[in-house]
Amino acid sequence: MRQLKKDVRFADRFFLACVRFLALAVIVLLLGMGFFLWDASGTALKSISFFTFLTTSAWDPVRDVYGALPVVYGTLISSFLSLFIAFPLSVGVALFLNELAPPFLAKVLGFLVEMLAAIPSVVYGLWGVFVLVPWLRTEVQPLLIQKLGFLPMFQGPAYGVGMMAAGCVLSLMVLPTISSVSREVFRAIPENQREAALALGATRWEMMKLALLRSSRSGLFAAFMLGLGRALGETMAVTMVIGNRAQIVSSLLAPAQTMASVIANEYAEATSDVHLSALALVGLLLFGITFVTNAVARLFIWRLK
Amino acid sequence: MTETLLSVQNLNAWFGMHQALKNIQIEFSPQTVTALIGPSGCGKSTFVRCLNRLHEEVPGAYATGKVILQGKNIYESSVDPVLIRRKVGMVFQKPNPFPSLSVFDNVVAGLKLAGIRRKSILMEVAERSLKQAALWEEVKNKLQQPGTSLSGGQQQRLCIARALAVEPPILLMDEPTSALDPISTAKIEELLAELKKTMTVIMVTHNMQQAARISDKTAFFLLGELVEFGQTSTLFTVPKEKKTEQYITGKFG
Repeated sequence: MRQLKKDVRFADRFFLACVRFLALAVIVLLLGMGFFLWDASGTALKSISFFTFLTTSAWDPVRDVYGALPVVYGTLISSFLSLFIAFPLSVGVALFLNELAPPFLAKVLGFLVEMLAAIPSVVYGLWGVFVLVPWLRTEVQPLLIQKLGFLPMFQGPAYGVGMMAAGCVLSLMVLPTISSVSREVFRAIPENQREAALALGATRWEMMKLALLRSSRSGLFAAFMLGLGRALGETMAVTMVIGNRAQIVSSLLAPAQTMASVIANEYAEATSDVHLSALALVGLLLFGITFVTNAVARLFIWRLK
Repeated sequence: MTETLLSVQNLNAWFGMHQALKNIQIEFSPQTVTALIGPSGCGKSTFVRCLNRLHEEVPGAYATGKVILQGKNIYESSVDPVLIRRKVGMVFQKPNPFPSLSVFDNVVAGLKLAGIRRKSILMEVAERSLKQAALWEEVKNKLQQPGTSLSGGQQQRLCIARALAVEPPILLMDEPTSALDPISTAKIEELLAELKKTMTVIMVTHNMQQAARISDKTAFFLLGELVEFGQTSTLFTVPKEKKTEQYITGKFG
């Protein structure tokens, strides 16, 4: 009897050790990845300071000049543009599915929205290239130029590919993330809050404002940040539609470049050590930015619970 | 014979296939407190939720029959439930102030929904409602703090003040004291005596002593049916129905 008990404890301890090892491995991997990027970017940092790298805007591999400002700019603008489109849409989807749609419809639509997250990024890219870009070029952008051309963001020729196309494709890709987090946030609000509002004579929309939106600000902020984290790092689809020109132009119609897309585009063809190293430095920067964004989002979600 | 403020005729309520209320007939006179008693699941909560059309907000739930408020059937298809709920206030079992709103904004939430924005009016109504709910003295210096920063008993009185602010002729209360300590309960019971001077209170309670203490009339529900309805003093001393007697003497329930 006593012997048996001991064996069971050994199995427990063994299992604990295995699980502990695996959990540590994740942390080691994460740190290792950061270290690898830092190590690989050493060559570039020898010829250029990090500050210059971050604040100059010439990116010219032929002359071995690397300024990351245009790709940082491209990443931020395309991501915020996508959130600008996707955030209200996602919160609307979440409100509709949770509060308004009949249960059956909510189930089907909810499933379809979640499925958006399962579509491979390259398929979004293809859809962007074959459907979205031609439509933007021939229909949307000429109209924008004609009607709103006085705004700097809608000036220049209608290329189709560019910042706007990237923002639109990204907005579809971040929609499932934001809407499913928002749905969780709304679901966590007790039913008696809704009833409190309704019993006071609130309409359905007033009930949502009073009982749901007002008390879920930090939850929705977390949803926003998670979506942002996804948009910042998205590579394939963006590379396919953004036009890949590292420049800082105020117009959303013009081609641009993001941190992720410059790496995907140039890594295979980079011949000089400095070029490779500069790409690794862009990677390190992207790693840092997405890490912080996601950490902030997680912090907010933890605080909610 | 006193005039009738609210008259319920042939009211049936369902949750999907399950019938929760069967053919309820009852009338409420102005300026009275009516207690609804009965074992859990007998339909008394469902009944009050039919009176402000909140019942139908539960997915799959619906009701048929007539509820005539001030001469008009609130179940007519042309009636907007939102407007009914402004006339029939409700206080729930668990205090449910809005956590993102201050004490002040909680009280005037109903007024703002009704489109009243003038600061002076809001201030005046807030003070009056909080006084009516016997909460003014305790919160007058913390009107800008979140409603959820108050104690449980204060929160419930805040919810009462919120319901009173729009001056509804009818106030529904669904076990308003069952989550509260005895002192808070006593405060709310005292308050009821004041409230009934200006309105009709319909209150669900699990506590029969409470029903006997505070109500003018009592209705006894069992398995979705209204078994007996009468003067509280009569119902508790000489009940007409065998079932009522068994329930109030603690033989079941």
